[in-house]
Amino acid sequence: MKHTAQTALGAIAALCAVGISVPATAAWEPVRPVEFIVPAGTGGGADQMARTIQGIVTKHSLMKQPMVVINKSGGAGGEGFLDLKTSGGNPHKIIITLSNLFTTPLATGIPFSWKDLTPVAMLALDEFVLWVNAEKPYKTAKEYVDAVKAAPAGSMKMGGTGSKQEDQIITVAVEKATGSKFTYIPYKGGGEVAVQLVGNHVDSTVNNPIEAVAQWRGGKLRPLCVFDDHPMNYDEQVADGKSWKDIPTCKSQGLDIEYLMLRGIFMSPRATKDQVEYYVELFKKVRATPEWQDFMKSGAFNTTFLTGADYAKWVEVEEKRHETLMKDAGFLAAPGN
Amino acid sequence: MEELVNLFHGFAVALQPFNIMVMIVGIVLGVLIGVLPGLGGANGVAILLPLTFSMSPTSAIIMLSCIYWGALFGGAITSILFNIPGEPWSVATTFDGYPMAQKGKAGEALTAAFTSSFVGALFAVVMITLVAPLVASFALQFGPAEKFAVYFLAFCSFVGLSKEPPFKTIAAMMIGFALAAVGLDSITGQLRLTFGITHLLNGFDFLIAVIGLFGIGEILLTMEEGLAFRGGTAKINLRVVLQTWKELPTYWITSLRSCLIGCWMGITPAGATPASFMSYGIAKRVAKNGSNFGKGEIEGVVAPETAAHAAGTAALLPMLSLGVPGSPTAAVLLGGLLIWGLQPGPMLFVEQKEFVWGLIASMYLGNLVGLLVVLTCVPIFAAILRVPFSIIAPLILVLCAIGAYSVHSSTFDVILMLVFGVIGYLLKKCNYPLAPLVLAIVLGDKAEEAFRQSLLGSQGSLSVFFSNTLVSSIMILGLIALFWSVIQQGYTRLRGAPA
Repeated sequence: MKHTAQTALGAIAALCAVGISVPATAAWEPVRPVEFIVPAGTGGGADQMARTIQGIVTKHSLMKQPMVVINKSGGAGGEGFLDLKTSGGNPHKIIITLSNLFTTPLATGIPFSWKDLTPVAMLALDEFVLWVNAEKPYKTAKEYVDAVKAAPAGSMKMGGTGSKQEDQIITVAVEKATGSKFTYIPYKGGGEVAVQLVGNHVDSTVNNPIEAVAQWRGGKLRPLCVFDDHPMNYDEQVADGKSWKDIPTCKSQGLDIEYLMLRGIFMSPRATKDQVEYYVELFKKVRATPEWQDFMKSGAFNTTFLTGADYAKWVEVEEKRHETLMKDAGFLAAPGN
Repeated sequence: MEELVNLFHGFAVALQPFNIMVMIVGIVLGVLIGVLPGLGGANGVAILLPLTFSMSPTSAIIMLSCIYWGALFGGAITSILFNIPGEPWSVATTFDGYPMAQKGKAGEALTAAFTSSFVGALFAVVMITLVAPLVASFALQFGPAEKFAVYFLAFCSFVGLSKEPPFKTIAAMMIGFALAAVGLDSITGQLRLTFGITHLLNGFDFLIAVIGLFGIGEILLTMEEGLAFRGGTAKINLRVVLQTWKELPTYWITSLRSCLIGCWMGITPAGATPASFMSYGIAKRVAKNGSNFGKGEIEGVVAPETAAHAAGTAALLPMLSLGVPGSPTAAVLLGGLLIWGLQPGPMLFVEQKEFVWGLIASMYLGNLVGLLVVLTCVPIFAAILRVPFSIIAPLILVLCAIGAYSVHSSTFDVILMLVFGVIGYLLKKCNYPLAPLVLAIVLGDKAEEAFRQSLLGSQGSLSVFFSNTLVSSIMILGLIALFWSVIQQGYTRLRGAPA
């Protein structure tokens, strides 16, 4: 089958070269359906973004070939990354990343690094916000941190997604910055974490905006601060007269921690320049659609867009940072594991 | 009262010609998806999601939820005809459905299954209509300890209420737990029992195990017994449907009990699978002809199907009102909602009245349409059993292989399925029950996760499982179920055994 396809392809290529005077530098285009791998389960942040992109691509006919979203969540996403790593030279596979691009190989020892893949583009950065239940008296991050410090060590519970991943990294950073101690309880998905906070089964969370916005608007949760160096850009009113922009940075509240999560695209190893260029152009078109802008707004994303060397450089810095953070927290996989 | 007005408004939305068409298309697609084991509702909905982006959100959700219901109905077909459960919650349906089909009563079994599904789902929808806000706040009380208690209850009622020798049940369950432990330990983030094999990163998927244990195992057994399906004499006309309907009302107590179990399990985020197992286990103990369960008793089809569908439907409520999906399919639907710019959560019922009530109205209509579609096809499905085994067996094998492959698009899974097939055959030969093994694979890791989350929160103290009325009462129910036969014996002895 593959052979036939290649022969046919060769024939078409030959026809093009001989019959029609297409320049030799004709841009690359997918000739088969493109697999869009999500290294996480269905319903999570990365999955939602991938499916939104798939919807936009389909609705606006941005690609001639279909795009198929596939979840490969095994081993904290290791399954998906390894799949891509072993698909060298197959340009019909792309992957959307979250922080597990760094944390999974570090925490589990799965043999994989982002350098095995070809960077395409950073689509956005996901923010993290410190949330408490709205029934609780804490109005500012400072009040909450003071309460945590005053409580016996480990009696305050922080809920988060996954173990030794971004939520727990932030939790450890908060502990270090304040000299306090939380009991971190890992759950499967961000939506579940937010609901556990509403039900008062944990005392605080560091949910992404999109995971908790519904509960904020329902008056069940209260945002205290955002782990970014500047407030979020969205000034449209969300709940009780406040917008995302009104949430102060944690730094301004005396909690000097910044953490943003990469929502970026990589493709399989050994991709050519043309192939990378094709996907960069595709995602530029996606970013220009009103649906994408609505999606960014609904999740209060940081819309930084990077490609090429800038993107690779950003990822490299971030990898170093994760290594330090994970090492400090004692999250690195035991050698020989 | 306001709810009823909203509901009728919803009916007006759902009854628009375009939406009715969408509903029928959805049901038919769903049944096809349900018949293919492995493809399942979640994958089906995920694949078809982009189709709906050009529709209005209400039409789109109607279509997707109808695919969901179609898949629920479809799952029962392969369970009954070939002993291959297409979905986790159809496993319990095979216990009596398949023996019925072997006795030539496939039509009755299918009719009972479809009708019970309809009753269960309808009961849950009525509940959603009337008490939606109340239910949402009840679901909020479920922390890790409460969740563990629910799983505990499911396991206990299975061990305590089954009539198999308890040691064989427990042995099978332990194998299931061991298989469930493979993969990532979600509490510590470490890999367990993967031995460096990439394919094991994801652990053992329940569907692969079930397709192998039940489907392939059954084919092996049939081959040994003389290469013939014993369902050749199935009656194939629509009168079967009416005759079965006459019989069904006599099981109203079982239906009602199953509806209640289902709704309760659906709202507590435990879901449809434990609901179907629990309902079957309890019916087996309580029913008059319980000792015949497993040999082709119609009540043994009614109980799990009713509960599974009540739970499946009730599980949509936490998704809409809290944004927490009660099942993988609900998770994909949730993704859909976000793409259409609808934010599930407490405000959805206030801000998107047309959408929510359109959806609820479509649940009523979708179920009705679904029931009609599948019932008219009962004779056709039952007739499949008349095809000679030499033709149908290779087809089933191919179907199983496709199903196993489509779970993760991996050929390794197909090999795994064959291995499970041999294991299933051996276990059956040694009279080990398969159901506890399957139950443990499905719920084992979830129960473990909830257990360890609870202990993290309580700093390691087991008292967390008796820390409030809700969790204590579920735990005590579980213990009663576990020691039911002992309690019963003691009771008989107290009353003076010679009667």
